[in-house]
Amino acid sequence: MSPSRTRFALLAPAMVILFFAAAGPLVIVLVYSFLIPGDYGGVVWDFSTDAWFGVVAERDFFTDQLSWADAHLSVFWRSIKLSLMTSVLSLVIGFPTAYFIATRPKGSRDVWMLLIMIPFWTNLLIRTFAIMELIRNEGTINTVLIAMGLVTQPIQMLYTEFSMLVGMTYVYLPLMILPIYASMERLDFSLVEAGYDLYATRWQVLRRVIFPLVKPGVVAGSILVFVPCLGAYVTPRVLGGGKQLMLGNLIELQFGQLRNWPLGAALSLTLLVIVMIALIFYVRAAGNEGNAHG
Amino acid sequence: MKRTALLTSLAALIAGTAQAEGQLNIYNWGNYTSPEMIEKFEKEFDIAVTITDYDSNDTALAKLKAGGSGFDIVVPSGAYVPIFISEGVLMKSNPNEMENFSNVTPRWVDVEFDPGREYTVPWQWGTVGISVNTSIYGGDIDSAALVFDPPEELKGKINVIPEMIDVMGLAIHYMGGEQCTGDKDVLVKVRDKLVEAKPSWLSMAYGNIDKLANVDIAASVNWNGASMRARLQNEDVKFGYPQTGYSIWMDNAAITADAQNVENARLFLNFIMLPENAAMLSNFARYANGITGSEAFMDADMASAPEINIPENLQGAGYISKSCPPEVQKIYSQIWTELTK
Repeated sequence: MSPSRTRFALLAPAMVILFFAAAGPLVIVLVYSFLIPGDYGGVVWDFSTDAWFGVVAERDFFTDQLSWADAHLSVFWRSIKLSLMTSVLSLVIGFPTAYFIATRPKGSRDVWMLLIMIPFWTNLLIRTFAIMELIRNEGTINTVLIAMGLVTQPIQMLYTEFSMLVGMTYVYLPLMILPIYASMERLDFSLVEAGYDLYATRWQVLRRVIFPLVKPGVVAGSILVFVPCLGAYVTPRVLGGGKQLMLGNLIELQFGQLRNWPLGAALSLTLLVIVMIALIFYVRAAGNEGNAHG
Repeated sequence: MKRTALLTSLAALIAGTAQAEGQLNIYNWGNYTSPEMIEKFEKEFDIAVTITDYDSNDTALAKLKAGGSGFDIVVPSGAYVPIFISEGVLMKSNPNEMENFSNVTPRWVDVEFDPGREYTVPWQWGTVGISVNTSIYGGDIDSAALVFDPPEELKGKINVIPEMIDVMGLAIHYMGGEQCTGDKDVLVKVRDKLVEAKPSWLSMAYGNIDKLANVDIAASVNWNGASMRARLQNEDVKFGYPQTGYSIWMDNAAITADAQNVENARLFLNFIMLPENAAMLSNFARYANGITGSEAFMDADMASAPEINIPENLQGAGYISKSCPPEVQKIYSQIWTELTK
C-alpha cells in the first residue's frame, strides 16, 4: 500500500466513528427540525419550516396576532446571562485558587489539585442535591443563621436564579481552575520577580505580566465553563424549581409533555449556533490579543 | 469451591425456568408491581414472570410501536389507553368476559377510555388534589383557590407539580370550564389566572414528599399517594379535593397486540381482578385499585386513609382524566410554555 493509502486506512476507523457519532445524529436533528410534529410525539414526514418559525415567533391563540415568542426569548436570555455570570464568578474564584496552587512547593501541588478534583469525580446529581440541602429554607445555612439570631425568617435562596448561579459555579469551577493552573504551572516566575525589580506594583505585575501569560488558560477555562452552562439541565431543574427554565429544560419539555419534536430539534440547533458564535468570539478575542502583544 | 457454587446456582436457574410451564413478560411502571402478588401468581399457575420497567406512557408507547418487544402485558394510564388502542399496540382480549370481571367496581366498568372494558382491566387509580399543611393554613382545604388565588399564609410556599394536563385541568375547572376545552374565552382566563398566580408559587417541581413534611413548602398540587406518604411523616399534611373539579387517573393492565404468551396473559388479567390479589397491589403501591371487596384484604392504614377514600360530598367533583385532542394540546402547550418560562 502507498503511504497515503495507509494513512487513509489508519484514519478510517476514526472517520467512521466521527461520522456516526457526531455528524450522523446532527443530520437527523436537522432533518427533524424541518418536519411536522406527530399528534402523540414523533414526527410526520412532511416538510415544514414551522418549527424554526416557532423558535422566535408565535401566534397568540386568542387574538391570532403574530408576535415574538417572548417565552422562548426570555429562556434564551436567562441561559446566556446565567452562563456568562457563572463564567465570570468561576474566573473570580478560580484564578486566585489556581495562582495559590501554582505557587505552592512542588510536592504539595498535587495534593491541592486532588482536593479540587475529588468533588469533580462525584456524581453531578449528588453534588446538586448537596447544594440544595445547604440552601433550602430548612437547610443548613438558614438553620445556623436563625440559631445565631442573625435572621428571624429563613432567607429564600432555593429556587431563585441565585441558587442556579451558585449550583453551576460549584459544579463547573474545576473546569476553570484546571486550564488556568496548567498555564500558571508553566509560568516563569522569574518574570514576576523582574517586574517587581522594575518597580511595578503588585497590581501592575498581575495585569501586565501574569495575566497575559496565562491568558490561554483563562480563555480555555471560560469556554469550558460557558458551553456546558448553556446546555445545563440538571442544575436548573433541581435548583431552579421548574419556574425558571433554561434552554436544556425547554428542549426536554418539547420532546416530553409538549410533544413537539421538530421545535425541540430546532431549539437544540439554535443552542448549537449560540455556542458556535460564542466560540468564534472567544477565539477571535484571544487571537487579537496575541497579535497585539506578539 | 466457588466454581461449583456458581455452576449449581446456574443449573438451578436453568432448571427453574425449565420447570415453569410457561412464561409471562410484564412491562410496567417502575416500583409498581407487588413482588408478593407475582410470586403467588407464579406458584399458582407455574408460570415464570419477568418484569421490565418504564417511566412514562410515551416511552412505553414508542417501544411497543417499534414492535418485537416481547412484552405480553402493559399498564398504560387511562388518558393514554385510546392512543394505545388507535396506534394498534393493544389486543382486544375482552377481559369483560372473564370469570373475575364481576369484581370490577361498577364505576370502573364503562369508562370513557375503554367503553365496556374490551381491552383493559383496572390496575391502580388515584387523584390529583392539593396537599396542605394545616398548621400553616387553617381554612377550607377543598379548594383550588389555595393555588390560584392563594391566601396570604400560603403565598411563596406553594409547589405545583409540572404535569401540564393535570394543572391545566385543575385551572380550567376552577375558571368554570371542562377538561380538554377548546373554548378560547375560558382559556384566556386560564392563562391570565396561571400567569397571575405564578409569582405566589415557590416552585414547579416533583419530589415534594420531604419538603411537605419539613415545611419547606406549605401546599402543593399533588398526587394522593404522595400526599399520604408526606402525612405519614408529618400529620399536619392533609389532602384536599378541589370542589370545582379534580382529576382522577387510572392505570390499566392490557395484553399487547403482539403478545407471545396470550393465554398466560389472560390468566394474569383474570388473576388481578380477584380482590385479595388486587389488595396486594394496593398494599405495595399505596393507591386504590377499582376491585370491589379488596378493602377487606388491605392494610388497616390504607383502608381508612382520607387520601384514598374520597369524602362522599366531594366524589362528584372528580373527573376521569383523558387525553386532549392535538389541536387543543397545541394551545395548552403555548400556555404552559408561557407559564414555565
